[in-house]
Amino acid sequence: MPLTTYRKALNDALAEEILRDENVVIIGEEVAQYNGAYKVTEGLWERFGDKRVVDTPISEAGFIGMGIGASMLGIRPVMELMFWSFAYVAWDQIINNAGQVRYMSGGLINCPIVIRGPANGGTNVGATHSHTPENFIANTPGLKVVCPATAYDAKGLMKTAIRDNDPVCVMENTLLYGESWEVPEGEYLIPLGVADTKREGTDVSLIAHGRAVITALKAAEILAAEHGIHAEVLDLRSIRPLDEEAIVRTVSKTHRAVLVDENKPFCGVSAQISATIMEKCFDELDAPVQRVCALDAPAIYAPALEPIQLPTAERIVAKVLQIS
Amino acid sequence: MTPITMPKLSDTMLEGTLIKWHKKPGDKISIGDVIAEVETDKATMEMEAFDEGVIADIVVKEGGVVKVGEPIAMLDGGTSAPKKAAPAAAAPAPKAPAAPTVPGVPATPKPKPAVAADGSRAKASPLAKKLALERGIDLSAIQGTGPGGRIVASDVPQSAAAARPAASAAAAARIDVPFSGSDKKIPLSGMRRTIAERLLASKTQIPHFYLAMEIDAGPLSRLRKEVNSASEASGTPKITVNDFVLLAAARAAAQHPKVNSAFAGDSVVEYSGVHLSVAISVEDGLVTPVVREAQNLSLRGISAAVKDLATRARGKKLKPEEYAGGTLTVSNLGAYGVDSFYAIINPPQAAILAVGAIVKKPVVDSQDRIVVGHRMSISLSGDHRVVDGAAGAEFLATLRKTLESPAALLL
Repeated sequence: MPLTTYRKALNDALAEEILRDENVVIIGEEVAQYNGAYKVTEGLWERFGDKRVVDTPISEAGFIGMGIGASMLGIRPVMELMFWSFAYVAWDQIINNAGQVRYMSGGLINCPIVIRGPANGGTNVGATHSHTPENFIANTPGLKVVCPATAYDAKGLMKTAIRDNDPVCVMENTLLYGESWEVPEGEYLIPLGVADTKREGTDVSLIAHGRAVITALKAAEILAAEHGIHAEVLDLRSIRPLDEEAIVRTVSKTHRAVLVDENKPFCGVSAQISATIMEKCFDELDAPVQRVCALDAPAIYAPALEPIQLPTAERIVAKVLQIS
Repeated sequence: MTPITMPKLSDTMLEGTLIKWHKKPGDKISIGDVIAEVETDKATMEMEAFDEGVIADIVVKEGGVVKVGEPIAMLDGGTSAPKKAAPAAAAPAPKAPAAPTVPGVPATPKPKPAVAADGSRAKASPLAKKLALERGIDLSAIQGTGPGGRIVASDVPQSAAAARPAASAAAAARIDVPFSGSDKKIPLSGMRRTIAERLLASKTQIPHFYLAMEIDAGPLSRLRKEVNSASEASGTPKITVNDFVLLAAARAAAQHPKVNSAFAGDSVVEYSGVHLSVAISVEDGLVTPVVREAQNLSLRGISAAVKDLATRARGKKLKPEEYAGGTLTVSNLGAYGVDSFYAIINPPQAAILAVGAIVKKPVVDSQDRIVVGHRMSISLSGDHRVVDGAAGAEFLATLRKTLESPAALLL
């Protein structure tokens, strides 16, 4: 199977969907002539022209609102945010309009929009550019949110998100754009709300999403090689809808859970997963649920400190050893 | 009517002797009232009421010996649901209650809460509790090996039969010994039974090895004399030889954590603090209360702590938690004139020190002259699963160095 970067896998997904459905349009800052701030839309404007790939001014509240309006009328816009951190100026559009319109219209109006872009820290771009708002989005009934960890998942989830009739927020990761994974050539879709076991194990479940999955896989290697502990790594892929069955299944298999989350710990995604485990499979637990999250502080700018803020394989290993 | 049951007042308590009733039938009691005095294997303790109501009947008379969990009195108007006496180890899995159940709600047996009658709670993981329920096993009889002593799934035996501890079965078995009318037959006290069980288990299950050394106690004797004449002048309590030994042992053990550890089956636990169990002889036996973080104490501090523990041990006034959590034991029979001896390890610890008296004897000095020496024997019994000969010897060497140049202990 050919190796493809995370960036190219997203690019392929967008191109395939533009070809497949005439209503699919890419809108965002620098997505057309500049080929995208992170080159995810590279070559698409050249290929598909002004009507399908549209540059916007620097005005997230304005263009996200425009995309939401267009989607209510049947267009399937894929909105690029240069950083998900910039979504906060468009919060009213995303939460109140995209998130609530189907309910508020009694089911008469759909909002098949995709809002995508990187949502991660760890790249020395400062506290206002490093947010991970998947927990905020997932806290809003009416919105969906996915966080692909690999190129394969990025492509399959993006295509499904575009075809979904509800607003789907796709949170990517600038640290993963250049990484490569095996991606099949033909078309495939990954359903929303289906987690993926990235590594089988028997002793402890590492439950993660986004880049934390990659960190968890590294930790699992160390645990197996140095401690004889076989960790299972469950990639949630989709935060909402959430694959609760997969969570219950892996915890019932290993009886221990360490949640790895680049989100902040306070009211973070891992807090929700932890509550889910307590509610659905308390009797399967042989140890308290543990979490390895981003340290609970604004994204640290000092280069010497920044690498320790996000979960590291070492922190995961130490946490697993605590309950083994 | 609700039974009042014999509470579990110490970690190792299996039964208690009802020494004295403070209430009689017809007395009204409230939660927290002292209703009786109970002698456990360790101490005589006041038993408080966990429920309120009127004593309907006294089931066990003063002097009676009762297993933990068995009824000692009946209470009228108790608010808590009737508690059944703890089932025997081989009790069948709990049956669905016969009482009518709410329609549509399956009558699933509730996991028996692993709560001792003194209100302390056996820590167990949810999975361990579920397995114990399925297998009909009483969690309070299981020693947890998880973090913080939590009972985890692997600690739960496969069947109730396997759960019965071998030691208590052995202790319960009567051994026929020759006996005539002029001899005295003394029923085992709780303490005597515990000593029998624990030391039998230690000597049969722990591979003991022994190291011995004789130290020059001259400097120690001189320093102690000086310190105590200063104490006498200032009216502070005297320091004993054992106080010096205890502090030196604690500090040496902090430097050599291998002797300050426990064998945990699939791992070795090295303790971060040295919690010294100090063997104290009491009427009809001995107890080993614990001086915590002894490596951080001053000589004066350790002396005061031991004195307080010894006084209260002899008055049977120690609390159960004061016996628990020791990491290394020191036994000193020097005061009885014993020159040297070897002790049995106090499980689950990995080592015990046996200290003899300071004896005047001829020794060959560094110039090959025979001179009068002040010598003290110290032996170490080690659990070879944890401590190897060299590790034990290194610890003893540090201990010797400290005791032969004891001034540092005053710092």
